[in-house]
Amino acid sequence: MSKAKTAPKAATAGKSAAHNTNAGEELVFTRPASLVDRATHYCPGCHHGIAHRMVAELLDEMDLADRTVAASSIGCSVFLYNYIKVDTVESPHGRAPAVATGIKRARPDKFVFTYQGDGDLASIGMAEIMHAANRGERITVVFVNNTVYGMTGGQMAPTTLIGQKTTTCPGGRCQDREGSPIRMSEIIAQLGGTAFCARGSLDSVKNIKQAKKYMRQAFEAQTKGLGFGFVELLSGCPTNWRMSPVAANKRITDEMIPYFPLGVYKELEGDGTCGSLIAPGTASGSAGESK
Amino acid sequence: MAGNNERIFVKGNEAIAMGALDAGCRCFFGYPITPQNDIPEFMSKAMPEAGGEFVQAESEVAAANMLLGAGACGVRAMTSSSSPGMSLKQEAISYMAGSDIPAVIVNMNRGGPGLGDIGPSQGDYFQSTRGGGHGDYRLLVLAPSSAQEAYDMTHKAFDLAFTYRSPVLVLGDAIIGQMKEPIVRCAPTLAAPDEGKEWRLEGTGAGLKKGQKPRAHRIIKSLFLMDGELAGQNMKLQAKYEHWKNLVEFEAFEVKDAELVVVAYGSIGRIAKNAVRHLRKQGKKVGLFRPKTLYPFPEKALDKLAREGKRFLTIEHNLGQMVEDVRLAVRKHADSDLFCVYPGNMPSPDDFVAPILRALGRK
Repeated sequence: MSKAKTAPKAATAGKSAAHNTNAGEELVFTRPASLVDRATHYCPGCHHGIAHRMVAELLDEMDLADRTVAASSIGCSVFLYNYIKVDTVESPHGRAPAVATGIKRARPDKFVFTYQGDGDLASIGMAEIMHAANRGERITVVFVNNTVYGMTGGQMAPTTLIGQKTTTCPGGRCQDREGSPIRMSEIIAQLGGTAFCARGSLDSVKNIKQAKKYMRQAFEAQTKGLGFGFVELLSGCPTNWRMSPVAANKRITDEMIPYFPLGVYKELEGDGTCGSLIAPGTASGSAGESK
Repeated sequence: MAGNNERIFVKGNEAIAMGALDAGCRCFFGYPITPQNDIPEFMSKAMPEAGGEFVQAESEVAAANMLLGAGACGVRAMTSSSSPGMSLKQEAISYMAGSDIPAVIVNMNRGGPGLGDIGPSQGDYFQSTRGGGHGDYRLLVLAPSSAQEAYDMTHKAFDLAFTYRSPVLVLGDAIIGQMKEPIVRCAPTLAAPDEGKEWRLEGTGAGLKKGQKPRAHRIIKSLFLMDGELAGQNMKLQAKYEHWKNLVEFEAFEVKDAELVVVAYGSIGRIAKNAVRHLRKQGKKVGLFRPKTLYPFPEKALDKLAREGKRFLTIEHNLGQMVEDVRLAVRKHADSDLFCVYPGNMPSPDDFVAPILRALGRK
């Protein structure tokens, strides 16, 4: 915890539990109230911690936590319920959007979100995510894309980049053999029920700040009743990428962002009756497809 | 909507939907498959009219997982399907059993394996009574033999699901679903507002009075990794299933002085009853034993009949599945013959007369 006398108070510290500070010291950074105070099972350099914190901060800032029901997923994020203090039901692999549909239809007054990795959402759960988005379910999906199956030890995912080596494509992913990495935000943006869809990244402070803005908009798509909210977060898996955390961040910048351009892909405004589809590449990130 | 004690003429599938509606079911998640389509079609109109929700899911997989989500919120919810679709629902059913989520599931059994046919069958007996999905669990299984029982059992299934926090299966078949006959509905009830309030997910601030702090967050899950944790959970499930033995129901017809007891369930049980009635008129000492709960199986009652020296003939619309449970139940004193009805055939009581006489004549 940092102790800086002159720094302005962080907006996110507002709802946190009281912490002791000595005279003359000002608390500027603390744990969001919705985040459990415990060590996580995540590896060093993993970005799930940042993504969890982002969710918890927004639940606090938007005053949603005590009326939230979450659907967790299968993968490294399976223990989401150990870290975020909201009522949570475990979903079978890939089915969180269907489970969340059931929750929201049963209790439309609740704020409902899923938190899924790329194996869960873009492979086994492709049908569930597509149809939940297309129905315009008033739910929010947080999609953490790190291009591998993390929990099971680094196997190839639908988002694994061409040439990337994993334990099940040891020679590197080959387009002719394994197909191309799937760009989920671009796909979700095409569906009629999607009210907000954006891709952010957790590789730098600047991108983290931007990603949080996107996540807020994805939450608001639900709270304003506009439709389905989707936010993709490019994130690192140093363990399964066999890299240092610093090198993993650089990989996101140099290799992932060019293939998975950052930005807003769809944003529905007003009463939800009309919207604009933003073409990929015209969003804020670089539009290159170098990989 | 039918008034008090008014007899209405409906299909078994409609009776099931009405039973659910009248029991306070407010979420239905379906997917088209023959021969159960009347259920989702009825619910697509009835749910919105009752202030509930109907979703035609993208698959049976998704429908069952929507059911899981609604059940975790403590809302009375249902899905229905037929055999090939039931295979797809098993994933979520296993999770619901493992995480103590109440739900009602209907299977209008059709012929299999594979795509099979769209006619009646009892080929899903094993799947229904042995859990069906992966892992160590059971479902409460109710097997109606008429439209009235289809209504009553579906209605009751919701109370059982919430009493025991478990998925409950209503197992019919194409005969029960497509047959039209009179039923009497009971007065519609609503789920109690506080049903499941000790465990349901509704946000940590639900029901707070002024000044009260949100409660600790609730987790509904089937993952138990710590030493002894899963064993503890499965022992709880075992105790639950042990308690279900008090719920056993069956119909015993003309068994008192019978030398041969025919054991059959559902539609086949009803057809066999007519054969037994016919043979009784000829003075043949035969009776019928029809399990209404397939799990828990009425093993004690069958054991008692075996102890009295009776012999048994199991008649099923499959290659022989329930016969294994009958043999287990009577094993200390007797055995059971088996007569199989094959898919694609709609048996009549006459078809059962010869096999019953054959079993009766065998010593």
